[in-house]
Parts: sequence; C-alpha cells; structure tokens
Amino acid sequence: MYAVPLPTSLPDPAGMHIPDGFVSAPVAAAGYLVAGIALAFAVRQADRKFQERLVPLMGVMGAFIFAAQMMSFPVAGGTSGHMLGAALATILLGPWAAMIVIACVVGVQALVFQDGGLAALGTNVVNMAVVGVLVSYAVYGIVGALARDNRRVTYVAAFAAAWLSILTAAVFASVELAMSGTSPLNIALPAMAGVHALIGLGEGLVTVAALAFITVTRSDLLPFTRKEQTVEAE
Amino acid sequence: MRLNSHRSIALFATGLGIALLIALFSPLASTSPDGLERVAEDKGFMETAKEPPFKVMADYAFPWVGNEKAATILAGMAGALLVAGMTSGLAFGLQRIGKRRPAGSNGRQTTADSDT
Repeated sequence: MYAVPLPTSLPDPAGMHIPDGFVSAPVAAAGYLVAGIALAFAVRQADRKFQERLVPLMGVMGAFIFAAQMMSFPVAGGTSGHMLGAALATILLGPWAAMIVIACVVGVQALVFQDGGLAALGTNVVNMAVVGVLVSYAVYGIVGALARDNRRVTYVAAFAAAWLSILTAAVFASVELAMSGTSPLNIALPAMAGVHALIGLGEGLVTVAALAFITVTRSDLLPFTRKEQTVEAE
Repeated sequence: MRLNSHRSIALFATGLGIALLIALFSPLASTSPDGLERVAEDKGFMETAKEPPFKVMADYAFPWVGNEKAATILAGMAGALLVAGMTSGLAFGLQRIGKRRPAGSNGRQTTADSDT
C-alpha cells in the first residue's frame, strides 16, 4: 500500500475493488443502474423497519468496516486479502441498513481514496454491497434458522455467510471482467474464485471474532441474543 | 430492550475508538498484491487499468505528511471518520423521516426500540 509500489505504478485497487479500465462502458452503466435500484430499495426498506438502535450502530459499522478493509492480511502465494464486512454488517444491522453502510464505504473509497474506479463504482457497489449483503442474508437466514438458540450453530452460520459472500462477490467480479472483454471467464473465474476462497476464510474468522467480542461486551446488540433476554432488560 | 442516549453515545464512542485503533495499525497491513491484483498480474490484464481522473488521497496517503506510516494512519482515521459521519447522517435522516409519519401508518414497527 505504501511501501512496495506495483511495477505498473497503477492505482492500488484493494481486495476486489475493480479499477477503471477493467469494466467496459455497458457493464459500468449496468452496474450503476443495478446499484441505484438496489440502494433505493434498501433505503425504503431500512426506513420502514428502522429501529433506534441503528443510529449509533450504522455509524460505528461504517467506521469499523472502513478501517478493517485497510488491514490487508497475507494469503498464500504473495497475495493479500482484507475484510469486506458484508456478513458482519448484515447480521448486526439487517440487510438493508447493511447495504447502505457498505455502499457508503465503497463510495468513499472510490471518491476520496481512489480505491476502486469511478466508472466502476456502480459495479463495485453491486459486487460488495448488494451481492455481498444478499448472499450473507440468505446464508445466515437459512443456516441461522436451523440454529434456533444454539449460539455455536449461529457462529457457523456467520462463518458460512462471510465465506460465501466473498466467493460470490468475486464470481460476480469475474463475470463482469469477462463481459467487459478484459479477461475470459475460463481464466478469470477459477483464479478469482481460488484466491477469494482463501480470503473468505479470513473474512469468516474476523466476522466470528467480531460477533464473539460483541456477545461478550454488548450482547443486547445482537439479534440472536436479544431474543433470549427479557424485554425489560434495562 | 431500550437504548437510552447515554448507551448509544457510549456505543458510538467505543466503536469509533476501535475503528481509529485499527487505523493506527494500518501501516502493518500486508502490501502484497490483493486478490484481484494478483489475478490481473498473473493473467496479464493489469495494464488495462486506467489512472483515476482525479486524486484526493490516492493509495491511502494523507496529503502534506512526509512520513509514509503517519500518512497512512491519518488517511485511515480520516476515512473512518468520514464514513462514520455519512452513515450516521443517513441513519439520523431515516429516523427523522420515520418520525414525521403518523405512528404505524407505513408498516413501521413501533417496538420498544423506537423511543429514546
């Protein structure tokens, strides 16, 4: 990031942030369209089910995810990965507020830090905020439904949601690269899926660790422990 | 459950503190190429990336700071605060929109959460 410049003196696209030039104009436009529709829907849904607890939580999650995304960790083969945070945000905030928060993070990264392209911003929001959150929501919902009050199974659900959210977002990125004519699918897809299957393990670990930390410190913030407490806990 | 404003402020301050603490350690982050960069380099399409049309704090380097580590830390803190401001602002906005509406008119859940 600051010590080893890439041989190509290019902007530093972290994680799976697609820089400008990797996506064609039609793919970029489609990205903006899908991202816009999804975010408008998310704002509407978040507003309908808005809870007071989301006011401090959305701010905190935004700051935490931004900072956590900067902490690239080494993966095998001289590659690094970093957290996305879609699963953690989805579990804590619900999918709609989570989508808004991740989109804010990705937006600030593109506009202020030139991390991820400007034309590719819509595409990046689709991959990380929309796909990442919806996959997390689906996996956590399905596995979590089997868990009921079993906290261990809930952690497994969170890990699975985190891992699959990274993998699916990477698959979407590969498909977009292929549709843009940047890299054929049979080359980009296995490579992207392979690397991100490993990065996803890191995502799963950080997500579970963060949930465990919150369980110890402020378990009232977790949807799955809130049920266990009496309503008049305070 | 009821979140009073003191608890909300404590939560916000603690969470922001954790984020800023992470930013403090950001110079320790791995500088290896990440997933997409690795694939782009290996598969030979890295050159198709374009320079951004404008730069504000490109590569997470805070301007006017010579020390690279300090520049990274400051950029991380600035970004975390900026995102926190944005997401908090949106959350406040969503809350206000909801409050202007008559209770229960639009399917809004009026749970114990919604009084402070």
